[in-house]
Amino acid sequence: MKPLDENAMAARLAQDIPDGAYVNLGIGLPNKVAHFVPEGREVMYHTENGLLGVGPAPATGEEDPELIDASKKFVTMVPGAALFDHPLAFSMMRGNHLSIAVLGAYQVAENGDLANWATLEQSFPPAVGGAMDLVAGVPQIFVLMRHTARDGSPKLLKRCSYPLTGAGVVTRVYTDLCVLEVTPEGFRLVDLAPGNRLEEVQSVTEARILT
Amino acid sequence: MIDKRIGDLATAVAPIFDGAAIMVGGFGNSGIPAGLLNALLDHGARELTIISNNAGAGEDGISSLLREKRVRKVICSYPRSPGSIWFERRYEAGEIELEIVPQGTLAERIRAAGAGLGGFLTPTGYGTLLAAGKETREIDGVGYVFEPPLPADFALIRAEAGDRWGNLRYHVTARNFNPVMATAARHSIAEVRHLSGEPLEPDSVITPGIFVDSIVEYGIRP
Repeated sequence: MKPLDENAMAARLAQDIPDGAYVNLGIGLPNKVAHFVPEGREVMYHTENGLLGVGPAPATGEEDPELIDASKKFVTMVPGAALFDHPLAFSMMRGNHLSIAVLGAYQVAENGDLANWATLEQSFPPAVGGAMDLVAGVPQIFVLMRHTARDGSPKLLKRCSYPLTGAGVVTRVYTDLCVLEVTPEGFRLVDLAPGNRLEEVQSVTEARILT
Repeated sequence: MIDKRIGDLATAVAPIFDGAAIMVGGFGNSGIPAGLLNALLDHGARELTIISNNAGAGEDGISSLLREKRVRKVICSYPRSPGSIWFERRYEAGEIELEIVPQGTLAERIRAAGAGLGGFLTPTGYGTLLAAGKETREIDGVGYVFEPPLPADFALIRAEAGDRWGNLRYHVTARNFNPVMATAARHSIAEVRHLSGEPLEPDSVITPGIFVDSIVEYGIRP
């Protein structure tokens, strides 16, 4: 199989972010998506710590120590940006005002269940952040993740084994091997990463991939 | 005359007692009341409940309170930031109680406490482990979880500028939890980068002084 690298995964997802969208990008890999949105589209990025209109990282030496995103990285503000407090940041999420949220995941099930906050191991404290608020109120939940776990075990399952972040909330999954849409019947193939065959991708996927 | 100014950090945190529930503003290192947290460490209060978005990172602030075993319980949304070593050590050893609250629910529970509300119904967490044992209700086909208000004994707030009336103004994303926490504690203590004898421009005030009990200058930014 020919898995995409992380930049290519983010670039594939970025193709599906339309002009004028208000988008929340999760910590880690989802954060890369902003670099790859095609030119000519104006997208407003929301960060839960109180900024709508997140811009690129500042030049070295020009960081404002108090201007950060949800990953705690230094950012800038784009023209048209707005600042606010936590209650308002989460009104935007829960109140259905954002268009798309891009999240990482431990597991996604074919019914759209998402698990990305806890494994219940005592050595690994649970950490939910804003994930449950996003899935409660953002209509399009895109998951961006590796197709399988580090040990090779499948992450696209019939049912999640880890505690859920939300039930039936995922609308699309973007992995290093393919793009899947969550439908009432299960995962439906949108496209394969170049050079891959469906039978191979199915062999590392517990849930059935419909075509 | 109203004058909430206090000359030094130690005097500002002196009312904090053992067993107190303390809200700490900030998100990551932005908007953290670093001076007040240092003073609280020196003050020595123990058995504290810390209510904050994160559980500290590195060796300062909330981390230093965890390291020195001053904290009994943490209520937060995301304790697992890079460098949260003292939280992780205390948690793994079973020395600390952890209550995980979804971030928006944390903000809204604090808001409810400050706004005199008896709680609220939220779709966040419905059908998950974090709703286990809680009252639920269905409205127009959507499931909601009842969440109670979350008040505190003290709030430690960080702002960019303040005046003697306790009015506060913030800088960029250092606002985060600070304004809402100031409303929800019985005693709110604000640390500001610039403390002015002149009133702030009313249009620029984000936290009206009515929510602030004392205000102290601490010019250092993290």
